[in-house]
Amino acid sequence: MDALLQFLLSGVTVGAVYALVALGFTIIYNASDVVNFAQGEFVMLGGMITVFTYQAGLPLPLAAVLAIAITSLVGVALNKLALEPARGAPVVSLIIITIGASIFIRGAAQLIFDKQLHRFPSFSGDQPIHIFGATIVPQSLWVIGGAVLVFIGLWLFFTKTLTGKAVLATANNRLAAQLVGINTGWVMTLSFALSAAIGALAGVLVTPITLVGYDVGVGLALKGFAAAMLGGMGNPKGALVGGISLGLLEALTAGYLSSQYKDAVAFIVILAVLFVMPQGLFGKSTTERV
Amino acid sequence: MKLSSKWMQLAALAVLVAVLPLFFPSGYYYRVGALIFVNGLAVTGLVILIGYAGQISLGHAGFAGIGGYACALAPAHLGLPPSLSILLGAVISAVLAVLIGKPILRLRGYYLAVATLGFGILVSMVLTNERALTGGPDGMAVQGLALRKILRGWGWKLSSGEFWYILSALAMLVGVWIALNLFQSATGRAMRALHGSEVAARTVGIDVARLKLQAFVISAVYASVAGSLLALQNQFVTPDIAGFMHSIEMVTMAVLGGVGSVLGAVTGSAILTLLPQVLTVFAEYEQLVLGLVMILVMIFLPRGLLPSIAAKLKGRGE
Repeated sequence: MDALLQFLLSGVTVGAVYALVALGFTIIYNASDVVNFAQGEFVMLGGMITVFTYQAGLPLPLAAVLAIAITSLVGVALNKLALEPARGAPVVSLIIITIGASIFIRGAAQLIFDKQLHRFPSFSGDQPIHIFGATIVPQSLWVIGGAVLVFIGLWLFFTKTLTGKAVLATANNRLAAQLVGINTGWVMTLSFALSAAIGALAGVLVTPITLVGYDVGVGLALKGFAAAMLGGMGNPKGALVGGISLGLLEALTAGYLSSQYKDAVAFIVILAVLFVMPQGLFGKSTTERV
Repeated sequence: MKLSSKWMQLAALAVLVAVLPLFFPSGYYYRVGALIFVNGLAVTGLVILIGYAGQISLGHAGFAGIGGYACALAPAHLGLPPSLSILLGAVISAVLAVLIGKPILRLRGYYLAVATLGFGILVSMVLTNERALTGGPDGMAVQGLALRKILRGWGWKLSSGEFWYILSALAMLVGVWIALNLFQSATGRAMRALHGSEVAARTVGIDVARLKLQAFVISAVYASVAGSLLALQNQFVTPDIAGFMHSIEMVTMAVLGGVGSVLGAVTGSAILTLLPQVLTVFAEYEQLVLGLVMILVMIFLPRGLLPSIAAKLKGRGE
């Protein structure tokens, strides 16, 4: 029983990170119909920039804010420089562009920073907290809390604010949104900035637990992508549920079956879900237009 | 003119392959050439899947992995000669492609991408984790082909580089020939119709599900044979052959050169195979440049290198 609780706790922690990456995916996908394979690099940048500005002498909170701000700019640049010029290109081209961007960012990070693994101190110390015989490090609570806050914030933003509704309108029908006076170009910029910021936040929160290196992005992008798919593309609730479920599945597999195949089970479950429900858990079915 | 198009393309490629070695300053270039042709073979398969039928796969390295490890495992455990192991790998890949293709190919766009990606990752995970059988992440040695010894017995003394240059080139030419034939056949036309619009294709009586599966299986066999040839010429194979990055590399080669045309795809594999060789001096910048090339080509030459250039030349001629 203690073991189960332990697996659940670590599963939720990892799942919260996946959920954050998946939420970032969802925002960009909703706004521009692009699946951004460079989403994992935002997480990497968030962690790396914090590490290096912190080592340069900045206080940790300031370093984290700076990292999130710079990563947002990278997100906006990605949209302006790489995706906007290719608007309307087929899915394969868009996939290649974002994968190209991901490789480019990784290459740049490797040059600007280094190839080592880094970490910075946890926000509230490393003294584990005991819960019913299981333990959890305080940083895990930061990660989980961060994911929950981001989700609530996004929910409020999309349902209660005019700007949020403008983003949804643009996602629904770009031309119609333009006609009612929404600045869709700005909505796009906002979406990419927001998505990159959420990714960077995930990186800042999780680095004290998992460490960060220039190449951690690919794995995270794949998992976040899978989580978003599991929940149904473009659905924030799906991203959250998909992320947490994926984290739990991995932790339980690692605990009870095989730690080597924990990543495999994630993909098997996703394949199974796609077979049974091709639109994911919460996705809406669509009809192809001729 | 109509008749010549296919044979012209094939002849141009064959001449290029035959003439190129005249300019090789050292034996090393035969190796690079062979690598280009092997990649070209795998990418030609992707042209059939992506360019003809309009379906995407981010997991075809999985089939290359199956082909590669078939050549490593079958001779060691089943006593099969490497040449038959290529065949065994191709059969396994084809069967697997049918089994997973049936449910997967109902998916579209990004969903199909993630499903195929999942398949590729599963294959590479099995290859990495089953240490007892596959040697794990360190990979395993592969027995060479006996054909070279036989040729030597006939008095045809080829270096390993030359031998593989010729064999890979032949394999690629056969692959290209089949792909070009398919393009003109009724099946190929139906595939292209399906690419244009699935619903419209179904309306005119095309069995969409079967065609997609055919394209998927054919391209899987291409990837598998290419993987086998790669393992045999390196005499070594590691799970990287089935890795996500290898899948991406293959799709990038196809799209970079022009996924609608077989020759374009071969051009793409030549460029992406050469790029790391050229950049060895600037090894640190390799990823940076690769990423940049991928983005720039997709933005400025969306149809791929060769078709875009061809269109430009045609425009000037008229």
